[in-house]
Amino acid sequence: MKALSISNLRKTYKNGLEALKGIDLEVEAGDFFALLGPNGAGKSTAIGIISSLVTITSGSVSVFGHDLVKDREKAKSCIGLVPQEVNFNQFDTVQGIVLNQAGYYGTPRKLALQRTEQCLKQMDLWDRRNTISRRLSGGMKRRVMIARAMVHAPKLLILDEPTAGVDIEIRRSMWKMMQEVNEQGTTIILTTHYLEEAESLCRNIAIIDQGKIVENSNMASLLARLNVDHFVLDLAEPLIVVPVLDGCHIERVSDKVLNVSVPKEFGLNRLFSQLTDMNIKVLSLKNKSNRLEQLFMDLVESKPARDKR
Amino acid sequence: MNYSIALKTIVKKEIYRFLRIWPQTLLPPAITTALYFLIFGKLIGNRIGMISGATYMDYIVPGIILMSIISHSYSNVVSSFYSTKFQRNIEELLVAPVPNWVILTGYVSGGIFRGLLVGIVVALISMLFADIVVLHPGITIIVAILTATLFSLAGFINAVLAESFDDISIIPNFVLTPLSYLGGVFYSVDMLTGIWQTLIKGNPIMYMINAFRYGMIGVTDIDIQLAFMMIGGFIVVLALFSLYMLHKGTGIKN
Repeated sequence: MKALSISNLRKTYKNGLEALKGIDLEVEAGDFFALLGPNGAGKSTAIGIISSLVTITSGSVSVFGHDLVKDREKAKSCIGLVPQEVNFNQFDTVQGIVLNQAGYYGTPRKLALQRTEQCLKQMDLWDRRNTISRRLSGGMKRRVMIARAMVHAPKLLILDEPTAGVDIEIRRSMWKMMQEVNEQGTTIILTTHYLEEAESLCRNIAIIDQGKIVENSNMASLLARLNVDHFVLDLAEPLIVVPVLDGCHIERVSDKVLNVSVPKEFGLNRLFSQLTDMNIKVLSLKNKSNRLEQLFMDLVESKPARDKR
Repeated sequence: MNYSIALKTIVKKEIYRFLRIWPQTLLPPAITTALYFLIFGKLIGNRIGMISGATYMDYIVPGIILMSIISHSYSNVVSSFYSTKFQRNIEELLVAPVPNWVILTGYVSGGIFRGLLVGIVVALISMLFADIVVLHPGITIIVAILTATLFSLAGFINAVLAESFDDISIIPNFVLTPLSYLGGVFYSVDMLTGIWQTLIKGNPIMYMINAFRYGMIGVTDIDIQLAFMMIGGFIVVLALFSLYMLHKGTGIKN
C-alpha cells in the first residue's frame, strides 16, 4: 500500500516561479522517508500541496489511495502536519490547541480528551497543559505542534524540519519519539537540514533540487554509492612535510591535523599501515562530514552536469 | 465525518475568544451607548419632541441597538479571522478535513453571538433610559439575527481580502459607521429632502434599522417586506461570495 503517491506534480506561483517541475514520488506505508533539498528547492511547496496549504497547478497526489482533489476529506484525515514555523494561536493553552485540532478532525469530545492527554504525555507536556502557549520555550512549542499533529492518530505524519533550532538534548529525545511513532505503524515523511538526522532515522530518501527529484532511493544503497570517505586525523607529533600516499589525497590542516580522502578499495588498514611505516602516530580519527551530507552535496553541486543531460 | 463536531469546535473557540476579552468586546458598547442615550435621548431629545408618534428616546433606541449589533458582529469576524490568517493558525483548519461551509458557518456564528450579546447588553442599558414595550418580538429577533449574519459575512470577506491590519479598519471606519449614522439611527428618512430622499434608498443599513424599529416600536419609513428581501438577498450574495473565495483559497492559500 502506498502512503503517498505523487504523479507529475507541477506548481507555478502567480509570480511565474515554477517551484515544482513535474515530480513523481511514492512512499510506502510504514516507511520513514526523508525529503531533502537545499533552500528553495521545492520541498515546502511539495509539502504544502500534500497538506492542502498550497494549490496544485497540475498533476495528482493521493494519500493512502485517496485522491487529494476528488476525495479531499478522506485524504486529509490520513495526514498530520508539523510545519516548519510555529502556527498555533499563541494565546491558547497547550491543551486547548491540541483539543481544538482533534475537534477539527471530528473526534468526539471524550475521545479527544483522552488522545490529547496521551499525546501531551508522550511529548512530555502534560504538566504544561494549562500554560498559555506563548510562554513556552522554542523546543516546547515544537513539541506542541507534534502533539497537535498526532492527536487524530494520522496514518501519515509529515514533519517539516521538526528539530530546527532546538538543542541537541531535545533533538535526540524527538528522534526517539519519531522512531517510536514510526514503529507503531505511522508513516513518516521528514524534511530536515540535519543530514545526520535523516541518515540515522530514514530508510528511504528523495532529494529535490530546482523543482525536480534528483535522487530517490533506499538510504543504504545510496550511501553504498559513496566510494570515497573523508576523515580528519589527529596526530601525536607535529608534521612538517605532508605525507604522500598513492591513491589517497592528504591535506594539512595544522601541524597535528590532517584531512585524508580514502577510496573504499584502499581501506583504513592499508592507510594506517602506511602511516605507521612513515612513523606517523595517529591519536584519533573522525568523519570529516556526515556520509549523507557528502552525497547530498555531490548531487546538488552536480546541477550543471545534470541540466546538460 | 462528523462535521457537527468541527463546527461546534470553531463556534466554541470563537465565543470563548470574545468572552475572554470582555473588557474589549462587551464593556465599551455598554459605556458608549449609555452616553448616546444620556446625551442624545435625554438631554437633546427632550427638546426635539416626537418623531412619527414616538418620543425621541424611544425612536433612537432601536437604531442604537442595531448599530451596535452591526459593528460588533462585523468586527468580531474581521478581527478574529484576520488574526487567524496573520498568525497562520488558519492552517490548522486548512489541513483538517473541514469543509469550507463549516469554516464559514463557524466564524459567522461567532460574529452572530457577539452581535446579539452586545445587542442584549445595549437593550438592557436602554431600559435605564426608556420604557419600551417590544411590539413585534418575532420581527425584532429575526431582523437582529439576519443583520448580525449579514455583517458577520461582510466581516469575513473583509478579513479574507485584507493584507494588513490597516485593511481591516478601513471598512468599519469609512463605510459602516457613515452608513449606520446616515441610515436613520437618529432621524427619520422623511426628514430628508430632494436628492437625499433617493440616495438614502441605496443604503442597505437604512432598511435594517427601519425593520428593527418597526419590530420594537411599530414605526418605519419603508416597507417591511422590502427590508426582509434586501437583507435576505445580501446574505445570499455575501455567503456565496465567501464560499467562492474559500474554494479558490483567496488570501489563505498560495
